[in-house]
Amino acid sequence: MGELKKVDFEYSQLNSERMRLNVGPQHPSTHGVLRLEVELDGEIVTEVVPHIGYLHRCFEKHCENMTYPQVIPYVDRMDYICSMNNELPYVMGVEKMLGIEVPEKVEYIRVIFSELNRIANHQIAIATFGLDAGAFTPFLYLFRDREFILTIFEKASGGRLLYNYFWVGGLAHDVHPTFKEDIRWIVKRVKETNKEIADLLLYNKIFIERTANVGILPADVAINYGCSGPVARGSGLPFDLRKDAPYSIYDRFDFNVVTGRGEVGTVGDCWDRNIVRFHEIEESCRIIEQALEQMPDEGDVREKLPKKIRPPQGEIYSKAENPKGELGFYIVSNGKDKPERVKGRGTSFVNLSVLPEISKGYLFADLIMILGSIDIVLGEVDR
Amino acid sequence: MGLLNKLDDPYYGGGIILGTLEDVLNWGRSKSDWYLQFGLACCAIEFMAVNASHFDFMRFGCIPRTSPRQADFMIVSGTVTMKMAERIKTLYEQMAEPRYVISMGSCANCGGPYWEHGYHVLKGVDRVIPVDVYVPGCPPRPEALEEGMIKLQKMINEQAIFNKRKRLREAEEKEKSVSDVVLSQN
Ligand code: SF4
Repeated sequence: MGELKKVDFEYSQLNSERMRLNVGPQHPSTHGVLRLEVELDGEIVTEVVPHIGYLHRCFEKHCENMTYPQVIPYVDRMDYICSMNNELPYVMGVEKMLGIEVPEKVEYIRVIFSELNRIANHQIAIATFGLDAGAFTPFLYLFRDREFILTIFEKASGGRLLYNYFWVGGLAHDVHPTFKEDIRWIVKRVKETNKEIADLLLYNKIFIERTANVGILPADVAINYGCSGPVARGSGLPFDLRKDAPYSIYDRFDFNVVTGRGEVGTVGDCWDRNIVRFHEIEESCRIIEQALEQMPDEGDVREKLPKKIRPPQGEIYSKAENPKGELGFYIVSNGKDKPERVKGRGTSFVNLSVLPEISKGYLFADLIMILGSIDIVLGEVDR
Repeated sequence: MGLLNKLDDPYYGGGIILGTLEDVLNWGRSKSDWYLQFGLACCAIEFMAVNASHFDFMRFGCIPRTSPRQADFMIVSGTVTMKMAERIKTLYEQMAEPRYVISMGSCANCGGPYWEHGYHVLKGVDRVIPVDVYVPGCPPRPEALEEGMIKLQKMINEQAIFNKRKRLREAEEKEKSVSDVVLSQN
């Protein structure tokens, strides 16, 4: 037998045929009705084109036809996993236009509920991310706890998912009598579950193999795309509006901004984005505990307002740190009782735009993980 | 459960079931419904909660399926937009008969909060596919969806299988409930 001749070739020189694959809009891993057009080379992703608009619910059109308080339920339905957080920047914006201050007690209740909802949101994010990776048990554990949080929301506002609780100038009604005990109990409970989740999911060897060094988002790309929230913080950027531009009463609390450090892989991989969420749950617990200590017991929960809210002519951009990132509302008023325009800056929409950039060159199964780690809600993408 | 009670009958001894074959088949069908898993909007989050620990949807014998071809019924949970309506129709048509639909939430029932100004929202999924059970609420409580599931099971239990004329009439009535809307081509 003659000697084998060594052939010089690169993998890319083998002209394999590209395949176009359609993922969604009905797909359990797209977190809603997102459609991804994926171009594959074998099993390697070469291009991703997200197609959106399957849940466009005409948010801006509704705002044009509703009075200022009537817009709040529609704001709820933008990012329906964390409705309380959505209401906050909107009502803050309208209050700023009106030039009113809300009572002290209201500010504390708003912060407590926003942070509780942040916990609930991160629990869903981690749970569904686990589902994408094929882990069903953490899903059950986290939903068990989330259900207790929802019970508290339900006692206060009457709704399990969509609350319409923060009103312009205060709250819809006062919290229930056992509010403080309930919250103390749930905070303790959440901390315990967090320990379980660390063992069950986040530091699980299989999970680390699946997510570490996958979907790396460098810090400069994150800045260029305007990412915020855990997606940006996972890449090591300490960007948090609660610290950088404190609104409401967030400057009174002591908490850390969690950033990804590349503990098991590279800074900015899928695992980092999730560990940021995980630690943010603990930070939120800290904020809630401090707020409970400082919160006054007595006090009104609503500022006296005229029946028709008519902010003076002008415009305002009001923003807050939503669990998914910076959520802003640009409100234009023409002096009437209906806004001229309300434009929402959807966090998920901005964060989703980075997906084609960071998923190139990974396996197709990893694309699902990357999409899950960005944590989008289609209601906010399409609005 | 009527069938199991018959097993306790002291006169006939154990192990004998008296009933029609239709009853037995319907009993089996109603207690092992597999549903098509897909979520549309906020109601889908409540639907996830129904699946999770506190409410445990699987005790109704419901197992999520990701392919319409393996599913018995589908739960339309959330806002149906014009763009999605076509896909829902396709998914429904891909399901094998007999097939059922639960419409969950006000949006799927009638357009919900978007009934007036929602230029891109379909005012009720029953305009494109026939609906068997409507669950009201925005979002419906998990208990409400479970009630809807029980209603569906009852409905399946009473369905005709061997009486061809009755079966055809039922199917015809169901199809008639769909009003024809022209969907924009997008
Ligand atoms: S009925 Fe309400 S909760 Fe359900 S999808 Fe529509 S707006 Fe969302």
